[in-house]
Amino acid sequence: MGLFKDRASCFLKQKTMITVNELTKRYARNTAVDHISFNVERGQIVGFLGPNGAGKTTTMRMLTCFLPPTAGTATVAGFDVLEQPLEVKKRTGYLPETPPLYQEMRTREYLEFVGKLKGLSAGELRNRIEYVSERCAIGDVREKLLGKLSKGYRQRVGLAQAIIHNPDVLILDEPTAGLDPKQINETRDLIKSLAGDHTIILSTHILPEVEQTCQQVIIINKGKLVATDSVNNLQIRARGAESVLVEVAARNGDLDSGTIQSRLEKVSGVSRVLFKDKRENRSIFEVESRKDRFIRGELARAVVEAGWDLNELRPAAVSLEEIFLQLTGDQAAAPKNEAAAKGAGK
Amino acid sequence: MRNTFIIWRKEMRSYFVSPVAYLLLAMFGVIFGFFFWNILNFFVTRGMESQMSGEMYPMNVNEQMIRPLLSNVGVIGLFFIPMITMRLFAEEKRNGTIELLATSPVRDGEVIIGKWLAALTLYGGILLLTALNFVFLFKFGNPDWKPLAIGYLGLLLQAGALLAVGMFISTLTKNQIIAGAATFGVCLLLWVLEWVSGNDSSTWAQVLSYMSVVSHIGSFSKGVLDTKDAVYYVSLAFLGLFFTARSLESLRWRS
Repeated sequence: MGLFKDRASCFLKQKTMITVNELTKRYARNTAVDHISFNVERGQIVGFLGPNGAGKTTTMRMLTCFLPPTAGTATVAGFDVLEQPLEVKKRTGYLPETPPLYQEMRTREYLEFVGKLKGLSAGELRNRIEYVSERCAIGDVREKLLGKLSKGYRQRVGLAQAIIHNPDVLILDEPTAGLDPKQINETRDLIKSLAGDHTIILSTHILPEVEQTCQQVIIINKGKLVATDSVNNLQIRARGAESVLVEVAARNGDLDSGTIQSRLEKVSGVSRVLFKDKRENRSIFEVESRKDRFIRGELARAVVEAGWDLNELRPAAVSLEEIFLQLTGDQAAAPKNEAAAKGAGK
Repeated sequence: MRNTFIIWRKEMRSYFVSPVAYLLLAMFGVIFGFFFWNILNFFVTRGMESQMSGEMYPMNVNEQMIRPLLSNVGVIGLFFIPMITMRLFAEEKRNGTIELLATSPVRDGEVIIGKWLAALTLYGGILLLTALNFVFLFKFGNPDWKPLAIGYLGLLLQAGALLAVGMFISTLTKNQIIAGAATFGVCLLLWVLEWVSGNDSSTWAQVLSYMSVVSHIGSFSKGVLDTKDAVYYVSLAFLGLFFTARSLESLRWRS
């Protein structure tokens, strides 16, 4: 007993909830997941990002003990997925891509069934059903047949099913796929509200979703880990330093854009000025700062003092989309080149 | 144990909220009723003939009614078993609910036994319905109940074996129709294998005949509890359950 207590308290202190080490899944012809390693801290929401077929679902299935890994190890809530699958399963809630619903069951019956299956006692079960119905806003469909529910409700019942046994870890495979915009927002808010109590991994191929809901991102492409970092760090990393779009117009007549460019380059803190476009008498530049320098004020002053009009000055925000393309772009472009080379060979 | 019961209850619910269970019960009831009426009619006619002709034929309710009836039930069962087993795993695979079962803290074995017992319970219910007819025999005749009980035990054993085989086939596909048709084919094959021994007494014919499910029901219908036949059914059931377990496990490696 003492030993068990020690183990439990040690576990409560433990900060890392999921440890994945060199996880690999090979099928007969292809490698779905190729030596992926990452850690997830307790209470975080982690976005698992990648194009379709990148290996997101396979990785999640290995974490939920649905698929055994070919090589490597994964530990969820302190238990190895291969050695102690039952312990892992007790502590994880899983929402697959299509919610696993029995069409002929009513919502309440379904939650009772899943709750019992996850090992809840009759007393706990009643409270938990009450709790998840309220949390997932499915109280008004409690007596409806699951087969007759709309997509949004099905997804929410799926989520309720995943959290019914109050798991430490929640694994959600594309939780917002196929929902309308209002439902997407509701689902995102719901997921955000679940963080803290639960450690959440959610997969998606929609980038804004990660920006909005997650603290950490894991990007994979073709089974390989491309990047893992916090959302903020990734954005900073991708653009290096601040970059600003500046549109300058001449007061009267035409203006040589070269003159403007050389003037902008003189502003302190500017590392690079890129000429982007010229329309009539307006020129657009992208100005990059050195690391940790705030240059927008200086830029504005320089333009105005030179007697030009400052039409627009805005930060060029790098979306995750661009980061994603930057990070996965090379690999995506490679087959095309190969194909081109082959074509040329003929 | 608890998990097996949870799965069993869920399966029973799903049989009885859909029309499946009622349809099977009704169809079996009608078909068995027809057989019962037919054989009873024959029996009564013969009894009257024997009285009118003055010479007494030996008449025995057990031998002349219960035994052929139970043999018939064994064969009718072959047609019903695919309908009971086809959905067991095929439906879970199609709906994706297999992922829920596989990621819940239950063992594969508990799921398999739960489902198998549910199928067996439904079949037992169907057999119970046929027993309704026999009540009349006991009311108006004086048959021996022991051979009848052994006959039913044989039918249950036979069903246990075939249901396990059907369940295994159901794990192989997402399509219930395919699972049903394949199970029906296997059941039929296991029935007709017996026919070889009719005109051939070579060793291989003996072996094939031994493999037939129907050749083992004979002794039970007679009211004889033969260990050889019981062992056949029990081992076939084990084989089916074992294959189901292996097949479920292989799903995870392949998927």
